[in-house]
Amino acid sequence: MTELKLYQVGTFAAGNRLLDASERTEQSDAGRTNSITSGHRACRGCGEALAARVVLDAAMRASDGRMVTVNATGCLEVFSTPYPESAWRVPWLHSLFGNAAAVASGVAASLRAQGRGDVRVVAQAGDGGTVDIGIGCLSGMFERNDDVLFVCYDNQGYMNTGVQRSGATPPAASTATTRPVGSRVGNAFGTGKSLPVIAMAHQIPYVATATVADLHDLERKVATAMSMHGSRYLHVLVPCPLGWGTSSSDTVRVARLAAESGLFPVFEAVDGEIDGVRRIRRQVPVEEYLRLQARFAHLFGDPGHPDVVERLQRQADRSIAHFGLLEGEQR
Amino acid sequence: MLRQVEGSRAVAETVARCRPDVVAAYPISPQTHIVEALSDLVAEGRAGRCEFLMVESEFGAMSACIGASAAGGRAYTATASQGLLFMAEALPNASGLRLPVVMTVANRALGAPINIWNDHSDAMSQRDAGWIQLFASSNQEAVDLHVQAFVVAESLHVPVMVNMDGFVLTHAMEGIDVPDQDEVDALLPPFRPLHVLDPDHPVTIGAMVGPEAFTEVKYLEARRQLRSLDAIQEVADRFHRVTGRRSGGLTSSYRLEDADVVLIGLGSLLGTAADVVDELRDEGLAVGLLGVTCFRPWPLDEIRDSLADASRVVVLNRALSVGFGTVLGADVRLTLAGSQVVVHDVVAGLGGRPVTRDLVRRLLVEAVRGELSDHQLTFADLDVDLAERELLGELVGPMDVEPEGVGR
Repeated sequence: MTELKLYQVGTFAAGNRLLDASERTEQSDAGRTNSITSGHRACRGCGEALAARVVLDAAMRASDGRMVTVNATGCLEVFSTPYPESAWRVPWLHSLFGNAAAVASGVAASLRAQGRGDVRVVAQAGDGGTVDIGIGCLSGMFERNDDVLFVCYDNQGYMNTGVQRSGATPPAASTATTRPVGSRVGNAFGTGKSLPVIAMAHQIPYVATATVADLHDLERKVATAMSMHGSRYLHVLVPCPLGWGTSSSDTVRVARLAAESGLFPVFEAVDGEIDGVRRIRRQVPVEEYLRLQARFAHLFGDPGHPDVVERLQRQADRSIAHFGLLEGEQR
Repeated sequence: MLRQVEGSRAVAETVARCRPDVVAAYPISPQTHIVEALSDLVAEGRAGRCEFLMVESEFGAMSACIGASAAGGRAYTATASQGLLFMAEALPNASGLRLPVVMTVANRALGAPINIWNDHSDAMSQRDAGWIQLFASSNQEAVDLHVQAFVVAESLHVPVMVNMDGFVLTHAMEGIDVPDQDEVDALLPPFRPLHVLDPDHPVTIGAMVGPEAFTEVKYLEARRQLRSLDAIQEVADRFHRVTGRRSGGLTSSYRLEDADVVLIGLGSLLGTAADVVDELRDEGLAVGLLGVTCFRPWPLDEIRDSLADASRVVVLNRALSVGFGTVLGADVRLTLAGSQVVVHDVVAGLGGRPVTRDLVRRLLVEAVRGELSDHQLTFADLDVDLAERELLGELVGPMDVEPEGVGR
């Protein structure tokens, strides 16, 4: 398709009503699967619930409904399956917190052995189940190149257990285990654990990041991933109103600012090499992103921590330079 | 047909004939020869369309088996010792989800201190994981139990652990009759899962259950386990009809008739003990032997009935329940609660120390003479000199261990 540049939201994202019917999202189709259907117990404004529906509906379309899912322990599992209810309209298996990748590998191998290799396998986990407790099984799955699409819904913390810090929590964020008390200014500074980059180091066929701010981009990446075989990894930023201290009506807005500030680079990689980035039209200062979130409120009080905000700004600038995110710039 | 073959190889060939869909394993001594052989058998096309997953950990191995089973496939793994502990989180998950995974445990001690040799601490640490636990007394029985394990597991939808002594059995070459394909097929029909991941019939497997129904789920699991006692015996009987061999079942008794002193144990030490029982019977001592083949579920009625006429029972266990006694000893004491039978709780053979004929003989003779302690726990093969030199100074006192050691 010709690239559309519709700037009414300040990004490249386009609303369905402005597009030709053939280019609209799966979500605009009344016949979508509704893989995770209404009535579940997610918080209002939950980014993960939104992303899961978009990802799975797109995967269902791509696989023509021939798909099964594996889910790690976490918010997504808890809010969707309180016995005797289930929000899932796709085959769904939950085993443990740290083993979704290995369970999915077993499912894929079993289907192959039974001559049911046409059935695709999608695994889902939060950032804890992916970058922390699940990384061993996930790395094993990548290394064996098992035929699984693994999706991480990254809300940057252990939200299900009460907003504790995870390996994906950004520097300076206040969580239940990184409160800004004493001389501590929220979560410790570090380079952060970038699972997409770690995944790329395994040279798997496809790695991509996305946010819930651009559902066209998210759906397209799911479709691309599903068109391939072997291990594929999709890392979706999903703001959490509870854990981030954002308004439940700001979920999409915050996700968009994360990308446009450069703090969350949106890109894709094939066989371990960057293959495309989602450009930023206008770089947003990190402060614009941070100020919407109570977890960073301690940076802006009196006296606040302008030096810390400055460090975060430098981190965003480095990310923009590294991935070549600004429009007109080449990586 | 009897063939000279290593125990591990025989088990691997048997598992291949059980037509697994997925074998997922991570190497650990002394399980390695089993998975090495299975890797070859799969690569050679001698295990049907089986997929062999070389996973990154035992936790990954059991997790892959969970996925494979939930997708409708027959799944198998093998491990030992620390590997079993590393997959411990996934064990109650497999049983709770009613996935009939079969696993060999090449029994080995638990560290620290690190020790690769045989005892039963690993399996017994997972006593309450909801798995059926069978113990092989010989390599022939190990082979036979694997066929029976798949049959039992899949008919009840309960996972089964087959325990075989590390090195003592896994690495022993001897004449073994590996069931042929026709025999296995006659016993083991294709796997029919209870619930399966299927795009045509979407189901939710592994939902969260709160206080309103969790007890009921566990009650059903407990009932199922106890009901499996009948199934385990029935499968052993069917196995006998098909192969002509008596293997498996709940317990094995040897010269129990009129036995005044009965030694009870499990695993490969039963063979040694049977020889000693023969010797002592020849010398006129009324001793007998009871082997526990099915450790979980615990065949309480069979064991109580088997021991009803004894006056003394010597429980010989290769696993220590630190701070109490032995795991098996506690089970036997509870089984005999209210009876007049005296129970001697004895630990021996830890971390690969051989359980010798001399040791078993001494225990039985002392029991017959009433000289064996029944107070708490007897360390039957303790090197007293070594213990005194290294440890005893800090341990004697309230613990009241009574050494019966080789040093005396």
